[in-house]
Amino acid sequence: MLIAATIAILVVMILAIIRGVAGPTLYDRILAVNMFGTKTVLLISLLGFVMGRPDFLDIAIVYALINFISIIGVLHFSDSTEFRHDPDDTGSTKKES
Amino acid sequence: MDIIVDMISALFLLLGSFLCLSGGVGILRFPDFYTRMHAVGVTDTLGAGMILIGLMLQNPEGLVMLKLLMILIMTLFISPVASHALAKAAFRNDLAPMSDREETEGGTESSIP
Amino acid sequence: MPHTISLFLTLAAFWLLNSGHYTLLILSLGLISIALVLYIAHRMDVVDHESQPLHLTLRIPAFHLWLTKEIILSNISVVKHIWLGNETISPVLATIKASQKTDMGKVIYANSITLTPGTVAVDLVGNQITVHALLRENIEVLQAGEMDRRISRLED
Repeated sequence: MLIAATIAILVVMILAIIRGVAGPTLYDRILAVNMFGTKTVLLISLLGFVMGRPDFLDIAIVYALINFISIIGVLHFSDSTEFRHDPDDTGSTKKES
Repeated sequence: MDIIVDMISALFLLLGSFLCLSGGVGILRFPDFYTRMHAVGVTDTLGAGMILIGLMLQNPEGLVMLKLLMILIMTLFISPVASHALAKAAFRNDLAPMSDREETEGGTESSIP
Repeated sequence: MPHTISLFLTLAAFWLLNSGHYTLLILSLGLISIALVLYIAHRMDVVDHESQPLHLTLRIPAFHLWLTKEIILSNISVVKHIWLGNETISPVLATIKASQKTDMGKVIYANSITLTPGTVAVDLVGNQITVHALLRENIEVLQAGEMDRRISRLED
């Protein structure tokens, strides 16, 4: 059952990557990255149990905190003027690379 | 006794996997950014909670369970803050939400200049 | 003073949980780190009833239980609408009123709204919360105001 849950989380991460690549707006991509990060925390915890090494949980905790800080950092930067969503260019913004 | 705990744990893991998969399908299926955020909310609250509770039942004593509990509490504190920051940034930068009164076909995002 | 003790206990529990080694050296290093954090927190002037909401300790568990029930119910509804498809959802943006007096009450309200799938608090200005909901019913439930009343009851 642990392995089934691990595979399910991997599938969800692939779906998140598809949304991140497809866009269409900048915020969809950030949302996908955020979801990818939270699912990574779950994946690391599950892998710790699959491999019988619960020490992995420490890494999961650190990953949760780093993921949170990175999202807040990106969004704080997005308040600055050069990061604005350009309404004429609906597909993507120029500063997203 | 052990087998009952194992079965409950498997049930929780299965439910959590199903909820996470539903959220993953939702993030692909929903038509615009704000609705996709609700799909991510499902995987962040009950999906993560179910999987972590299932893992707690695999090893129901000691430091491991407390650490899993800490991950769960941190997820529940962090995810609404991140969602709110994301929604606020999108709203302030003029990404208009799709309204059900407008005739928009699925897959297009509406963005008002 | 009670807030300092509460912060000390929280930090000590965090250290003991994460280290897992209980030798004298590691414990004294932990004590030094906690003292440093307490000193910095006092210099920043953040040790108060907002960072350590001790006055809520007795009343918040009942609210958490109720919130858990709400989260489970709204998860079921959102998952149902994910599988039913885009025709069944009615996304709506609405402004609702928060009747809490303190800033912390409003933040608890907005965070509870965001934590519940199907509703996301987009903006909070004064006592007006802008909420995006997946279904029109979700907004009606919020406007009926049970969550609002429960959080207002936490405050006094």
